[in-house]
Amino acid sequence: MEFFLQQCVNALQWGSFYALIALGYTLVYGVLRLINFAHGDVFMVGAYLAFFVSTSLLAPDGMFGFSREVVLVLTIPLTMILTSMVGVTLERIAYRPLMRKGAHRLYVVITALMCGLILENGNLALLGASRRTLPELLDKTVYHIGGIAVTNLKLWVVFTAVLVFFALYFIVTRTRIGMAMRAVSWDRFALPLMGIPLEQVVVFTFALGSAIAGLGGLLFAMSYPVLEPYMGAMTGWKAFIAAVVGGIGDIRGAFVGGFLLAFVEVMVAAFLPSTFRDLFAFSILLIILWQRPTGIFGKPLTTKI
Amino acid sequence: MKRYTINIFLFAAAVVLVLLAQFKAPGSDSKILDGYVLSILMLIGINCIFAVSLNLVNGYMGEFSCGHGGFMCVGAYVGSLLSVAFFSNSKLFGTALFAPYLAPFLFPLVLLGAMLAAALAGLLVALPSFKTRDDYLAIITIAANYIIISLIENIDAIGGPRGFSGMNKTINAMTDLVSLPWMLMWTLVGVYICVAVVRRLMSSTYGKGISAVCQNEVAAEMMGINTNRVKIMAFMVSSGLGGLAGVLYAHVYGYVNASSFGLLKSTEGLVMVYLGGMGSISGVLMAAVAFTLLVEVLRFVIPWLNDGLHAIHVLPDSYQLDQVWTWVFIPLMLILLMQFRPEGFLGNRELTHVFPRLKRWFTLK
Repeated sequence: MEFFLQQCVNALQWGSFYALIALGYTLVYGVLRLINFAHGDVFMVGAYLAFFVSTSLLAPDGMFGFSREVVLVLTIPLTMILTSMVGVTLERIAYRPLMRKGAHRLYVVITALMCGLILENGNLALLGASRRTLPELLDKTVYHIGGIAVTNLKLWVVFTAVLVFFALYFIVTRTRIGMAMRAVSWDRFALPLMGIPLEQVVVFTFALGSAIAGLGGLLFAMSYPVLEPYMGAMTGWKAFIAAVVGGIGDIRGAFVGGFLLAFVEVMVAAFLPSTFRDLFAFSILLIILWQRPTGIFGKPLTTKI
Repeated sequence: MKRYTINIFLFAAAVVLVLLAQFKAPGSDSKILDGYVLSILMLIGINCIFAVSLNLVNGYMGEFSCGHGGFMCVGAYVGSLLSVAFFSNSKLFGTALFAPYLAPFLFPLVLLGAMLAAALAGLLVALPSFKTRDDYLAIITIAANYIIISLIENIDAIGGPRGFSGMNKTINAMTDLVSLPWMLMWTLVGVYICVAVVRRLMSSTYGKGISAVCQNEVAAEMMGINTNRVKIMAFMVSSGLGGLAGVLYAHVYGYVNASSFGLLKSTEGLVMVYLGGMGSISGVLMAAVAFTLLVEVLRFVIPWLNDGLHAIHVLPDSYQLDQVWTWVFIPLMLILLMQFRPEGFLGNRELTHVFPRLKRWFTLK
């Protein structure tokens, strides 16, 4: 029983990572009907940016000489801002020209896949294969609750994911820009007629999604401090599965899907050989897409003929 | 006779290639085509098969399959297993089923078995494609790719993540009987079969069904086309031919590893199809040749560029350009292609549409 509960704690942590990335997928899909396949790699870029920001702030002979707590507090917003700039740049350079031309959605999807490859391999080519380690920013405390060990970092990760979810839910359902985002997903062509600047909304969506991915990258790097260029690929795919399982385009779906997928994965890894983890995750995706393509929360889209 | 000019020319070119690979240059001890050139030639052939088969789904049927590498993987593994079981003594299968001198005659069985297995694996994608399409189908194909690779890596009996080898014995058995560049010949035959199958399928009534599904699925169904059947057939033929590419790949290199058929391999296929133009066999063939050569050329250009940039002190001494840049250039090329010429080289047209006079010089009968 204790073993099971311990695994549940791990699942909650992984679920938070998946949920943080899946929220970005689902935001962009909800607004643009575009699967931003480069999003997993934006997450990776976020982790690397967190590394560079924190090491340059921490540098012992540097000009700052902050304590670690201050560095952590500074790293969070800086990483989020820088990552959102990466996301917006991608949108600006790669997607927007295609969207403006009214290109087929397929071309945009291919472009997104290729952007992801460029981010991965460009990172590997520029920074080399040497792995980087994020400095420890948070003192580790382990709490024991009835035989289950929980670190404070895990609590922070789960807390952040929940916080981000509610913040995002608030933005989308209660604010003007959120209303504009929902309007884009309803009808892109009527939008400019209502005086809503389409491209600004799209840029905001990308910035928001990428900032969350950057936050996820920072938290991931704090939990698993060794960084490598391909870390975003698999995690990104898993998060994408989570978004699809929940019903892509729906924020609640991404959140629930992330935890659901993490739970299944952790349990598979706990009771079966861990190499079966990916097999199960992708089989779940295949079966869900086959039987219920719209996921848990998604509504079926009707095409007009 | 005039109508056969290009056919005869292509056949002659194939024969010349085989002869060049077979005979030694006068006054030298090595073959005229050395091993490196030969392996590139065979890789071009394999890429041609891979791209043309992918083109059936991505080009003609207009679906977006980006997990074609998975079917190649199935073909490669099943073909290798059959080949080892048939012609060599191994720990896995015990003694050989057939005498080694039968290898050249029974090798088509290996190819056929691999193609069948890959076609069955194609069902993994074909069945979900009834209900889903577009982006979601793309995801299904990616998932299928990962599932296949993960499954094979989890079967320890066939090597798991260590890969599988032993196909060299089959080729040795063939060369022992008659010393010929066998794999080059099989690759050429494979390219011919692949192009012929896709070409004939597309000009048949089934092919019209595939085009109709591409244009408008609902309308096609209203015209009385059984779209599910068309999809199953297109996916199975496509993945079966992908499996043919796989089995040839496995025998050319003598070693297969599931991880080499991942999403990168599928992406290579996509690059070739979109470079050549969706739904154009001649365009895709041209793209496959160009792409394979480009990758090989980059292998030389990158060290050369590295030295050059260091010589003029553009790059810092501590930094070396390496082969990873290949996989930055290729996606970048595809992105630029999508921006400026999304229809590729030929874009849904054959060479004969661009140069109508070519029609006088060859026949497809």
